[in-house]
Amino acid sequence: MSASARLLPDGRRLHLHHGPIDIVLEAFGPDAAEARARAVARFAGVLEALVAELPALRARARPGTTFAGTVARRMQTAVAPHRSVFVTPMAAVAGAVADELLAAMAGLDLSRAYVNNGGDVALHLAPRACLAVALAQAGARVEIAAESGVRGVATSGWRGRSQSRGIADAVTVLGATAAAADAAATLIANAVDLPDHPAIDRRPARVVKADSDLLDLPVTVGVGPLSAAETARALDAGADVAAGMAKRGLILGAALFLNGQRRIVGRVPVTGALVHA
Amino acid sequence: MTEKLRCDACPVMCYIADGQTGACDRYANQGGRIVRGDPLTVLDRTIAAGGEVSPFLGAWDGALVPDADRFVTAIGAGTTYPDYKPAPFIVSREVEGAELVTVVTEAIFSYCGVKVKIDTDRHLGPETAVVRARGEAVGHVTTAEYGSQMLSLGGVGHLTGASKAEGRVTCETLMALCNRAPVTLTIDGGSEVVVAAGRPPVVDGREEARMRVGCGSATIGMFAAQWQGLVDEVVVVDDHITGVVSEHQAGKVIGWPDTGIRIRGRRSTPGRYFQVARPGLGWGGTDVEDPLTILAPWEARRGARPGLSLLMVSTTGEQHGYYVLDDALVPVPQPLPPALAASVARIEENCEPALCTVLFMGGAGGSLRAGVTENPVALTRAVRQGTAHVTCGGAPVYVWPGGGITLMVDVTTVPEGSFGAVPTPAIVAPLEFTLRRDDYAALGGHMAAIRSVADVLAQGGEYAAASRVLGAPDARFPGERG
Repeated sequence: MSASARLLPDGRRLHLHHGPIDIVLEAFGPDAAEARARAVARFAGVLEALVAELPALRARARPGTTFAGTVARRMQTAVAPHRSVFVTPMAAVAGAVADELLAAMAGLDLSRAYVNNGGDVALHLAPRACLAVALAQAGARVEIAAESGVRGVATSGWRGRSQSRGIADAVTVLGATAAAADAAATLIANAVDLPDHPAIDRRPARVVKADSDLLDLPVTVGVGPLSAAETARALDAGADVAAGMAKRGLILGAALFLNGQRRIVGRVPVTGALVHA
Repeated sequence: MTEKLRCDACPVMCYIADGQTGACDRYANQGGRIVRGDPLTVLDRTIAAGGEVSPFLGAWDGALVPDADRFVTAIGAGTTYPDYKPAPFIVSREVEGAELVTVVTEAIFSYCGVKVKIDTDRHLGPETAVVRARGEAVGHVTTAEYGSQMLSLGGVGHLTGASKAEGRVTCETLMALCNRAPVTLTIDGGSEVVVAAGRPPVVDGREEARMRVGCGSATIGMFAAQWQGLVDEVVVVDDHITGVVSEHQAGKVIGWPDTGIRIRGRRSTPGRYFQVARPGLGWGGTDVEDPLTILAPWEARRGARPGLSLLMVSTTGEQHGYYVLDDALVPVPQPLPPALAASVARIEENCEPALCTVLFMGGAGGSLRAGVTENPVALTRAVRQGTAHVTCGGAPVYVWPGGGITLMVDVTTVPEGSFGAVPTPAIVAPLEFTLRRDDYAALGGHMAAIRSVADVLAQGGEYAAASRVLGAPDARFPGERG
């Protein structure tokens, strides 16, 4: 199964697929067609390059490792500030691929563009442009304005495709790049947790997915009923981590969701149907 | 402990334990076998965003996706692979849905017509000949394309610039063709042809089966090596360029000997002849019924000899004949040897099915644009800049560069029955402009007219104005909730 690219029936959005990568992207403006062409050209070989360095990318991030691929380097850069906890460059893979394809469009005359890699989104916004991004929570949207500096949006949670060590329904992070947001979302979602709570079902990562980069660390496979107070405690733990990241300038904002409650860290211009906290 | 399998579906080469999926969530190890789960549910969800053309959603569903199996997933009955767990953070639909406005109009096109491509080598009529429906002039034969004859029908001259009867028949003809109905057309000095979009043409009562594999010369080039050793000479009869293998460059390079053959017609380059006969409904688009009529007497001094074998074949392989020169060097028909029958079949096999293609072409004028915005030229500019996306019944269109909003659409991609007519006469076609709400406001859009899809579905679509303005599905705008 080789890489494929096809225009969706609306004639505007491009779907790129190869193995575990699914990307939907769209560019707006005079150079939209050229942007799509460049994205397709850049997509060729992306997965192969990652696979070539997969063992090191799946290993815990440590200083001094150098990667050959540009996507791999984006991943390494994104996770480097978080090395004090267990994290592998794979925590930023989806965002890094999105950033890489967006970068291929640089210099074109585009008013807006997005590269959505399975929910991790890299954005291009011309001055004064604005894009609404929906959150995993029904009806909730975030308005991303060009002036906000946000160029990446990523979401993580234990129900997602990637494994999580936490119990968040969803953590959406706004960052300067999609890779930075991706890594941060993963780690904040890990931190939304109630350690040793009996209602939370955890399994060693490799029992759930034989190839997991999390090795035998426990990952969440089920969350039973939680009280409102427990929910708040778990969210607060995650919000603390998010606030720390925001203070260090690693993220621009985060929205954390669990069990009908939410926490907002930094500036997240959410509109729409949010649960009243 | 069950054995882990290595999946080779993609370069990641995941090790997958029994009951688990790989990194892609598409391939799984089911009882020691790698099986494919739902291949494209992720895509299905994003395709659902195509729902911004909501008025056609009902009729449109599924037809949006060219290959239907993308909706019918491999997960279906018969496999025990667990139900697909949708990737929860695919938000394209919402990204798409957010802040988009689709302006739906029933556009009245006084300036419109169809371009018809008819896959046939048969001569339908001379270039610029008048094309008639029920005796009225509705267009003309225009310049031919690859393996196809082209008609240009409609246009304001026939619709409104001539007699009332001509305008009415032209309008009915265009509407029928756009709605994929069969229409009988006659060409002055040429044939009668029945045209229906997406169907084979019927020329003078005979249904065209296939397009030719190439011109006569190209056919020689493709098959020269396959004929070598099986036959002494091959002529591919074609109204455009008839090919002769012994003289053709493709024969020369493989050492094909001279045969002393002589072709009536105008020699272009070695082995390539123009005008071997008149255009017609016979062999290869000529009027030839007996292919030997295009041959002049054979020349012994250039290699002709008794017993020399000759294959004559048309560019589609539909007509063929096999001959052997007698003592007087006259070709005598003989049964086609099986080895050559295979090569003739190969020509047929390489021909694509012949179809009629109908492209609707129309220009969106001032009045239509005014239904979308208070400043019509702003819409033209928005289309030009790519901020407003144009569709016809949800189908992609090609918008011509230059002034105005002149578009073309393959009528087979538009939901059936979408085209109508008014007595003007003019064609009515669906037309949608999709753009961001803020862009729409910026170009002077009728913001007060924006309605939610739910409201339109509940209240029905009154034709209060020339256009209906709909909010895209899932896009919730201030004040709409509750």
